[in-house]
Amino acid sequence: MAETPVAEHRPASAALAEAARVGLIAGALAFPVLALRAEPDFSNRLVLQPRWSWMLGAAVAGFAGRLLLSLLPPRRPKTAQAAQAKRASRRAAQAFAAFGLGLIFIWPLLVLLALGPGGALKWIDNYGVQILIYVMLGWGLNIVVGLAGLLDLGYVAFYAVGAYSYALLATNYGASFWICLPVAGCLAAFWGVLLGFPVLRLRGDYLAIVTLAFGEIIRIVLINFSALTNGDAGIASIPRATFFGLPFVPGPKGFDAFFGLPFSPIHRVVFLYYLILALALVTNLATLRLRRLPIGRAWEALREDEIACRSLGIDTTKTKLTAFALGAMFGGFAGAFFAARQGFVSPSSFNFTESATILAIVVLGGRGSQIGVAAAAIAIVGGSELLRELDFLKHVFGEDFDPTQYRMLLVGLAMVMMMNWRPRGFVSTREPSIFLGARKQIGGDFVKEGRG
Amino acid sequence: MLRVERLSMRFGGLLAVDGLSFDVRRGDITALIGPNGAGKTTVFNCITGFYKPTTGRIAMSAEGLADPDAIDALTRSSSRERNGIHLLERMPDHEIARHARVARTFQNIRLFAGMSALENLIVAQHRPLMRASIFSLAGLVGAPSFRAAENAAKQKAGDWLARINLLDRADDPAGALPYGDQRRLEIARAMCADPVLLCLDEPAAGLNPRESADLTALLRMIRDEFGVSLLLIEHDMSVVMEISDHIVVLDYGRKIADGTPAEIRADPSVIAAYLGVPDEEVDAVVQEALS
Ligand SMILES: Nc1ncnc2c1ncn2[C@@H]1O[C@H](COP(=O)(O)OP(=O)(O)O)[C@@H](O)[C@H]1O
Ligand SMILES: [Mg+2]
Repeated sequence: MAETPVAEHRPASAALAEAARVGLIAGALAFPVLALRAEPDFSNRLVLQPRWSWMLGAAVAGFAGRLLLSLLPPRRPKTAQAAQAKRASRRAAQAFAAFGLGLIFIWPLLVLLALGPGGALKWIDNYGVQILIYVMLGWGLNIVVGLAGLLDLGYVAFYAVGAYSYALLATNYGASFWICLPVAGCLAAFWGVLLGFPVLRLRGDYLAIVTLAFGEIIRIVLINFSALTNGDAGIASIPRATFFGLPFVPGPKGFDAFFGLPFSPIHRVVFLYYLILALALVTNLATLRLRRLPIGRAWEALREDEIACRSLGIDTTKTKLTAFALGAMFGGFAGAFFAARQGFVSPSSFNFTESATILAIVVLGGRGSQIGVAAAAIAIVGGSELLRELDFLKHVFGEDFDPTQYRMLLVGLAMVMMMNWRPRGFVSTREPSIFLGARKQIGGDFVKEGRG
Repeated sequence: MLRVERLSMRFGGLLAVDGLSFDVRRGDITALIGPNGAGKTTVFNCITGFYKPTTGRIAMSAEGLADPDAIDALTRSSSRERNGIHLLERMPDHEIARHARVARTFQNIRLFAGMSALENLIVAQHRPLMRASIFSLAGLVGAPSFRAAENAAKQKAGDWLARINLLDRADDPAGALPYGDQRRLEIARAMCADPVLLCLDEPAAGLNPRESADLTALLRMIRDEFGVSLLLIEHDMSVVMEISDHIVVLDYGRKIADGTPAEIRADPSVIAAYLGVPDEEVDAVVQEALS
């Protein structure tokens, strides 16, 4: 006779009590965020307008949601079928990745066809180029955080070094983008090593704090060293990237005239799109390659156990420095691209929020996973851009509802839910770098996150 | 091949190792035994460079015991190495592993848990692979010389996996293996680093009698087939007495006995240290037994 699982069927009263508790918490959280609204009155003073119905709505939603969760059947334990389902889902993930890559390649053409040059600009620039910059930054930081397990909160510093390297070299010496790109990468790598030295002996939280400070120092130096960097005002009219010497300008010397096309700003954006795509793919290929080399395995071993590494004759100092240097170099490339795309850089582009966003991308994607990081960059950057398009919500909440006000709130909420659902990110498994038999994934429970 | 002289290690007010001297001879299996807290792991940490000894000298030579005059001459100089003699207390941990070729395992296993068993053994061959990859450049372009080196490393790892009966679990995460397998994998990993002296910290801890017997066979094989000398810390007296050529007994950081298993077994001070009775009482017991 099969025993009925007692623990899994909770009495209705317990479910109700739990739902009431969640409802109360939701209501309490909604009080400062939703219920109190500050409106300027006629003399431009802020007055508080209570919106109790909103708060009530949040409480009810919390209550109902929790109750619904309790009513759902409990999760089934893992079986052989589950393992099979896992394999099937892996195949699906691979197919999805291939599809995604294909979509990324034809994205500009697709939107051009669908929306015409006028409407496509935003979709290629804000959604395409912007996301790809973060994909590249995420991949760069993934070397440091995901592979070597070194928590770096100041990654934006290398992005800034790359951007200012290009800005200064291009405005002062007229150097071309293609010469500045490797120089920017090398300078960023140099600063990566400089940062690496003092923090080599630090681990975990201490490492995080020092790298955070380093990021801030670079930003403050950029603000205060105005003789070189023009301070807060930043550097403007940076030469844009050229198509191997052909600038994207109207007139006989431009790209469009050379190819006999009518001038259109969209050409430059499409070019930038494929340029950052190429840079990001180079970052990805280099990382995938490095992972299979002794240096990459040493990074991962360092994340797993630093003391064991040293007992095997691995120089952990050099190993950490190479991780910092290579991660920084890719950040520098991305920075140079950023400067060439914007034509303007200022210290405000490189504040801590940027570092936090890039780190969030790596953590949300799953440390060490290239595909996960790319997906997280699309979700975070693309998602928060998409939330600007929520005008249809006006039909739901009325004309005076401004969706953009709730943009960051929704992003935060989505991230909290995501990290609850998958604490180790989109992709938590790790594929070994070398096999004797069949390719197998390693479950996330075994993989360490590194303690600095 | 290893000569430890007047080694002391102080932690604050605690003298964990107190003027310890002993030799490890080439081709021997030397056991370091003693009650918990006697300072055995601390001695290992000093030999392998994880701790810097407070005082004392540790001379290592792959060729067998070095000439004392040569060690003295090296000590007076400021260098770490001369004519194949290394002064370990002057070297950082990773250089001891690399140049003096001393490998070790840990009392609480330190495998790379999230990496496969095979990867663990490949990481241990970091040095030769790194040399073959020429600053990763040859590796990045996939040069044939690097491919060949990598295949050789894989071959060696596969060979060791076969020796420890883990060939069928080569691609599983090391952290998922049973405890006994993890112990043996850690030993195989240390061996893949190509040592001349292998230091094992309680390799039989937590093993059942069958696994202990396998371990003994593995250690013998390492010594006989690879000519690697062994220094091991062990609590399991059956293992110690069976395989050691030479035993050093430690109590409260001091050496209380040093000799062959037969000598140690008969040593009253060792019995006292293990049973926690004063020497006089042991003497009485021994006298009684003899009469
Ligand atoms: N890093 C350390 N700091 C302070 N005390 C230590 C440290 N390592 C070991 N000790 C102390 O040294 C003594 C010997 O420890 P250990 O060498 O681990 O003993 P054993 O391995 O023989 O059981 C113990 O009292 C231990 O508490
Ligand atoms: Mg110990």
